[in-house]
Amino acid sequence: MRVSEQRILADALLSARPICPPGLTAWNGSDPGRRFAVYRNNVIVSLIDALADTCPVTQQLVGEEFFRAMARLFVQENPPRSRILAFYGEGLAEFIGAFAPAAAVPYLADVARLEMLRVSAYHAADAVPLAPEDIARLLEDVAALPAARIGLHPSLAVLRSGHAVVSLWAAHQAGDVAGALAAVDPDVAEAALVLRAGLEVEISRIPDGAAIFIMHLRQGAAFGHAAELASAADPAFDLGATLGLLIHRGAITTMTIPGSATS
Amino acid sequence: MNAPAPSVPDTVGAAARGLPARGGVGLKPEHFREILATEPDIGFFEVHAENYMVDGGPFHHYLGRIRERYPLSIHGVGLSVGGESPLDANHLDRLAVLLARYQPESFSEHLAWASHRDVFLNDLLPVPYHAGTLARVCDHVDQVQDRLRRRMLLENPATYVEFAASTMAETEFIAEVVRRTGCGLLLDVNNVHVACVNHHRDPYAYIDSLPAAAVGQIHLAGFARDVDAAGDPLLIDSHGAPVAQAVWDLYRHALARVGPVPTLIERDSDIPAFAVLLAEAYQAERLMREAAAPLIVESLSCGACA
Repeated sequence: MRVSEQRILADALLSARPICPPGLTAWNGSDPGRRFAVYRNNVIVSLIDALADTCPVTQQLVGEEFFRAMARLFVQENPPRSRILAFYGEGLAEFIGAFAPAAAVPYLADVARLEMLRVSAYHAADAVPLAPEDIARLLEDVAALPAARIGLHPSLAVLRSGHAVVSLWAAHQAGDVAGALAAVDPDVAEAALVLRAGLEVEISRIPDGAAIFIMHLRQGAAFGHAAELASAADPAFDLGATLGLLIHRGAITTMTIPGSATS
Repeated sequence: MNAPAPSVPDTVGAAARGLPARGGVGLKPEHFREILATEPDIGFFEVHAENYMVDGGPFHHYLGRIRERYPLSIHGVGLSVGGESPLDANHLDRLAVLLARYQPESFSEHLAWASHRDVFLNDLLPVPYHAGTLARVCDHVDQVQDRLRRRMLLENPATYVEFAASTMAETEFIAEVVRRTGCGLLLDVNNVHVACVNHHRDPYAYIDSLPAAAVGQIHLAGFARDVDAAGDPLLIDSHGAPVAQAVWDLYRHALARVGPVPTLIERDSDIPAFAVLLAEAYQAERLMREAAAPLIVESLSCGACA
């Protein structure tokens, strides 16, 4: 079987070197490489733009020139495997974490991770929060509560970082970014809660124990077990406050208490 | 089993009615709220299918509400109809779900390829025109129409290179795809202008050699200017500028040939205020009305010339 023509073109489009595949022509006999470069540019620049759209704060932290040079390498090494570009940035944080020139900005990968979670939350499935009075009624069944399973909104995600990701991100939403950034100590560990409320994605800082509790709920742990794990990991874990936060923010969409039927 | 139909009828709901022969605008998230708040008088909106292949959130929220109020065209950019690889069955399934949800009056895709095997290149890449590629493109169009159970419109490409392997003119290739598959044409007049400048052809003759009766929609957009290695003009289909005068002139010619058809103003970068795009859509409607009443226009323009 002969070599695929589109394979040759695709390789040339993603190549770091300006290669012109054979078999291309121009009406005036001019070098088709100049014309082929339009496609190379369209492919690479549109994909870099997609990453920049997903990660505006990451870009601001290192500057447009650095970000785009880094994103170009990412694109060439990791072209999209999906036709839905909204989630193309999913591998970028890991790439940044291993990208030596970005090592001077140790929090960069986690900021990119947070920004990707934000985009995922934006496009996540819709779900109606459980009414607070319904949750309150279920919470009254104290004996059954530890076995309860809590369903969380599809948009919800938590990120535990060794850096001040929420404060860094929030500083870039301020009018005076430089002033807001000056007040941030990037080496303070922070945990983020990402959640879409209605049409808006909110990013807020939550205590580490709350993040651990929510992560375990997300992974399907029973209410009581998740609370035990969170308390063990963070002695300051406040179950009441965390539940209050989840209810207030509309993060709980289902709550099932296993039936009392005995076997 | 069913024998392949010579043409694919649009029998499903809105698809059977079709888009109105009016001006439309590409729907941009920047304009969601304004459109719902002001409910502008416009013929239709168009969206890129892939942008709405997400589970939920604001995109579906707004598109659902806008679709309740306006006719809709769904325009795919990632199907890779011109690809060597088989069509992505998962992608076709996602398209089917999207079309079932929004019941658009029109669905269109490009005569181009955008992915090879599992790598998506996010651009509309050129196809050589010969018997082999013709058979492949027709096979893909057949698959799309069978799976989606509707007629699709195929858009002529803006290209920057040609292939030594081509044995057919682009218009000959397109006409043959239309004849064999029964698909319709999305005549992108900006692409005609861009490709004809880039390949030193006559854009008017290009339009004249397409099957006029198959044209179901027209696209208008802006381009950017560059030069090739010989210093000759090389136009880039940027969708980042107003429709150029040369493209309006060519549009007038297209209208004279195909009659009034739904006409979309495409803008994908440097997005201006919605009113700017709406004004371009109204300009297209003015030209449609003029084309429908040629005698009046002739007398008016004679007066202007005197």
